[in-house]
Amino acid sequence: MAGSTLASPTGSIGSRAANRVSPGAEAWRRFRRHRLALAGALILVVIVLAVVLGPLLWAVPINEIDFSAKLQGMSWSHPLGTDDLGQDLLARMLYGGRISLAVGFAAMLIAIVVGTLVGAIAGISRGSIDAALMWLTDLFLSLPQLPLLLLIIYLFRDTLKALVGPEVGVFILVVAVIGCFRWMPVARLVRAQFLSLREKEFVEAARALGATTTRQVVRHILPNSLGPVIVAGTIDVAAAIIAESTLSFLGLGFPPDVPTWGRLLYDAKDYLDIAPHWALFPGSAIFFAVLSINFIGDGLRDALDPRKVM
Amino acid sequence: MGRYFLRRLLIAIPSLLGISLVLFAVLALAPGDPFEELATNPNVPAEVRANLRAQFGLDDPVAIRYVRWFTAMTKGDWGFSFVSRVDVDQLILQRLPTTLLVIGSSQLLALLIALPIGVYAATRPYSLFDQIANTFAFIGFSLPTFFTGILFILIFSITLDWLPFIYRADISATGWHWYWEHFKQALMPVAVLGLFQGASWTRYVRSAVLDVIRLDYVTTARSKGLGEITVVVKHVVRNALIPVVTLVALQMPAIFGGAIVTEQIFRVPGIGSLLISSILANDTPVIMAVTFVFSCLVILFNLLADVLYGWLDPRISYR
Repeated sequence: MAGSTLASPTGSIGSRAANRVSPGAEAWRRFRRHRLALAGALILVVIVLAVVLGPLLWAVPINEIDFSAKLQGMSWSHPLGTDDLGQDLLARMLYGGRISLAVGFAAMLIAIVVGTLVGAIAGISRGSIDAALMWLTDLFLSLPQLPLLLLIIYLFRDTLKALVGPEVGVFILVVAVIGCFRWMPVARLVRAQFLSLREKEFVEAARALGATTTRQVVRHILPNSLGPVIVAGTIDVAAAIIAESTLSFLGLGFPPDVPTWGRLLYDAKDYLDIAPHWALFPGSAIFFAVLSINFIGDGLRDALDPRKVM
Repeated sequence: MGRYFLRRLLIAIPSLLGISLVLFAVLALAPGDPFEELATNPNVPAEVRANLRAQFGLDDPVAIRYVRWFTAMTKGDWGFSFVSRVDVDQLILQRLPTTLLVIGSSQLLALLIALPIGVYAATRPYSLFDQIANTFAFIGFSLPTFFTGILFILIFSITLDWLPFIYRADISATGWHWYWEHFKQALMPVAVLGLFQGASWTRYVRSAVLDVIRLDYVTTARSKGLGEITVVVKHVVRNALIPVVTLVALQMPAIFGGAIVTEQIFRVPGIGSLLISSILANDTPVIMAVTFVFSCLVILFNLLADVLYGWLDPRISYR
């Protein structure tokens, strides 16, 4: 060992010490190598900035009805045209994008928290608890998700609407239900990571030093198992955006006065022959958001996998 | 093989029980009453409503209701549609073949796309073909099915006027013309579903083949002097398909979700569009039955995947 260190030029050791990089910086360096992921990140930043700041800059009310300007194409007064009630599509898309993205991120958070919890408990406890939790995971994986999603929303929508108002009620319901149907892959990933990590030497060392199980998990195992979770979480955002749009597209998501991208498509689909722009813009918005998030996930997979040489 | 199949069948029963439990729990936890509409109807006296409730067993304890509901469900006794005034099983049996036809042919299309492209891309990793295939695969599974459907209608029905965008079960033509009309109207729904599935399968096939193709036994096969095509088709693909079958089986619920959306866009008279229309019409027995049928289909296809495993890897079925 010592011989091989001496044989290599000493400069490399010095430079390695000088350029010590944090794991985050290293991941960023590797992420930048993936050009499509970088482009995806750029597109996503533009979309997020547009929906966050857009309504402040483009201050046209989303529900201003103007029958003299209905179903118009692109123009200076309505850059993305208007719908069948003459409402401005740009304003509606900017507002709806907020909801679509918020649903995506919130559902992802729920999926990750539930999945990590289930996976961690299953991975650290052996025997019957592990078996039971994995049976539950497999059961949830084989549930027909969209029919059940529709069933739950059909059965619970009215009660929640009466409880907290139509918008918030549907938001909570959609986020909770999508989140609760997306945690299974995360749970499996976390469990697999835990099973291999808990036998590693550094965890054994912590155990030998008298660390409690909680401390072993929180300080040592969990931080090292987060790589795949981050990747799965990224993909989950895209899946949740698609799920929300699907629900709204089927007319069973948000009420008509909340113009999420899926809802806009649902309203537009009967006017395809006279106003194709109405369907094309929200559809492309969903597509670009999902595509960029998927590319980011792919880039993160490369960046966070320590075995991959880049 | 027979014993293996029997064992898988026995394993499928607890998952069917579990799914039915989840379904029933959702129904039982739900607020509201299936006979709520009757309550607001002044023509229906309160006693009639109470009799109906007793007849449907709505006042019994939950456990008894579950057992009765589950036995009725497995016997195919799914109740009576509130809206169309027909037995639910009849309604579903009418529409199930259409759904299975659309799903089946779209899976076939997905396989025909994914297998050649995925294998070819994996034999030449990071080549131009691989990069193009990869980019298209990403675009393919980032395009939600409802948007692809709308795009197809816009291009092929409205702009080009080649294909009908409404699926009709009652085509009056006869003979070859009848088949041709059916083929034309099924083309878009099948393509929408098949392209979406094909895109994600291409990535699975590629990564599975990449994992296998560098193994020693492949080198052995080559050094025996086998042709490249024989090596890839007989030695690589068969082993690479095992993880692909797992992933495809895991995707089965998503495929049925996609089928619901596609049926709704193209107005295909299958059980997916039946589900949506009965949700919009508050037709609870039909909703429950369709969800139950979807669950059974998922389990059935998982069983099929298990049989495929046994065929792909004989070691599994001898265990």
